Amino acid sequence: MKLTGFLLLLTGWALTLAAIVLLPRAGARAAFMLAGIAVELLGLVLVTRAYLEQSEGTP
Amino acid sequence: MNLPQFSEAGTVLCCMLVLLVPLAIVGLALLNTGLGRSRSAAQSMLGSICILAVAAIAYFVFGFWREGYAGLPQHTISIAGKPWGWLATGSFFLHGLRLDGSPASLAAMLQIFAVALAALIPWGSGADRWRLRAGCLSTAIFAGIVYPLFAHWVWGGGWLAQLGTNYGLGLGFMDAAGSGTLQAAGGLTALAIVWIAGPRYGKFQRGQMPAVFPGHHIVFVLLGSMLMLAGWIGLNGAGALLFAGIAPGRIVMVAINTVLCASGSLLTAFFVTHYRFGKPDASLSANGWVAGLAASSAICASVTPSAALLIGLMLGGAIPFIAEALELHCGIDDPTGGISMHAAGGLWGVFAVGFMGRFGVPVLGQLLAQLAGIATLLGFVLPLAFVLNWLLNRLVPFHGGGEGERAGMDMYELGAGAYPEFVIYADEFLPR
Repeated sequence: MKLTGFLLLLTGWALTLAAIVLLPRAGARAAFMLAGIAVELLGLVLVTRAYLEQSEGTP
Repeated sequence: MNLPQFSEAGTVLCCMLVLLVPLAIVGLALLNTGLGRSRSAAQSMLGSICILAVAAIAYFVFGFWREGYAGLPQHTISIAGKPWGWLATGSFFLHGLRLDGSPASLAAMLQIFAVALAALIPWGSGADRWRLRAGCLSTAIFAGIVYPLFAHWVWGGGWLAQLGTNYGLGLGFMDAAGSGTLQAAGGLTALAIVWIAGPRYGKFQRGQMPAVFPGHHIVFVLLGSMLMLAGWIGLNGAGALLFAGIAPGRIVMVAINTVLCASGSLLTAFFVTHYRFGKPDASLSANGWVAGLAASSAICASVTPSAALLIGLMLGGAIPFIAEALELHCGIDDPTGGISMHAAGGLWGVFAVGFMGRFGVPVLGQLLAQLAGIATLLGFVLPLAFVLNWLLNRLVPFHGGGEGERAGMDMYELGAGAYPEFVIYADEFLPR
């Protein structure tokens, strides 16, 4: 889950960059950039959940 | 970005502002130490000095070489016909940089201090369990690799700074004095460190509320917070001159915005904690103050004083909830609140400048440039810091272990405590 979370962080960033490069219209660009950041937030949630499971096992 | 051209008086002013920045380092070191345990206080302060030293040397050897400065040569790659600057082409040891008061040399001088300030953020979040040796090596990674790379993209004329000219996104990513480049990068690195080092023993137990380990010296915390104001005025002033290209006379506005943003943030944190707990919480109020300072770095040169106050007020209201959510719902053991103060505060500052900054360009374009910077911090800086520190943890374990925590990091690592004549802590390891 942790690895998936970090991959989602990278994927979200790549989405944002792709939106800047590929989409000339401001509206579409904004929508895809926001989608990229949403993917990053999802990745952050996954990494946090993986960390929570791990830290619950510590004394 | 307008490359600054200073008169002799402007150079002197910039030097004076840079020389205030060590006060922010002292303030953050005091805050970190005060919010940690008394039995780790000496290790915390010694670590702060060591981190300052390591960060300065790493930045001198590698950092400026990788970061460069706007207008200096850089490596570029071409994407869809547009040049993307990604790395400077300088030399090790500041070789070739004339240390004569030129803007590039002033930027190097500022950042030798500023990178140390950012490196202290993870040190605070890893307090009470992070080994000194591991902290120093992690600082070398931060100051030599992670920070210069992102700083080049923002301040060295790299691709984030070029978003305006290449893609019409406002003026490109704007971060006058480092809300994103210093504060959020340091705060997100702190998050990576906390994930890797894990919590302090006994902090989280299945089915129970997290244990409270109160800071041992709230006077240190508040004194440090006040010292940080002076340092931050220097940081923001010098950053705005060097990286936002403002005229020296506008330092007045920078100083006013800095103090208003921090003040607004402190007061709302104060009132929110007062309302929620019946009495104001000193450490969360201090967190609000520092978060306001962190946010002020991006906005200081480009918003009105009223907007700076508003940005601070909004941030301070959120800080106690963010700190609580990180601890209760995310299992983050961050003794100093460094992640909420610097990462959340810094990201908020970077975002706020997108819609409240007065740049004379369409708001949407500028906002998208700011979002690109935020996405880069979350999607590149955080994973990079995590991977590099995860590898380092394999070589030099971060966590001091049960013995380190029971005896305190002072006895464990230094063989002597900060307060040898006093027994001033309860032992939370005794059965209750």
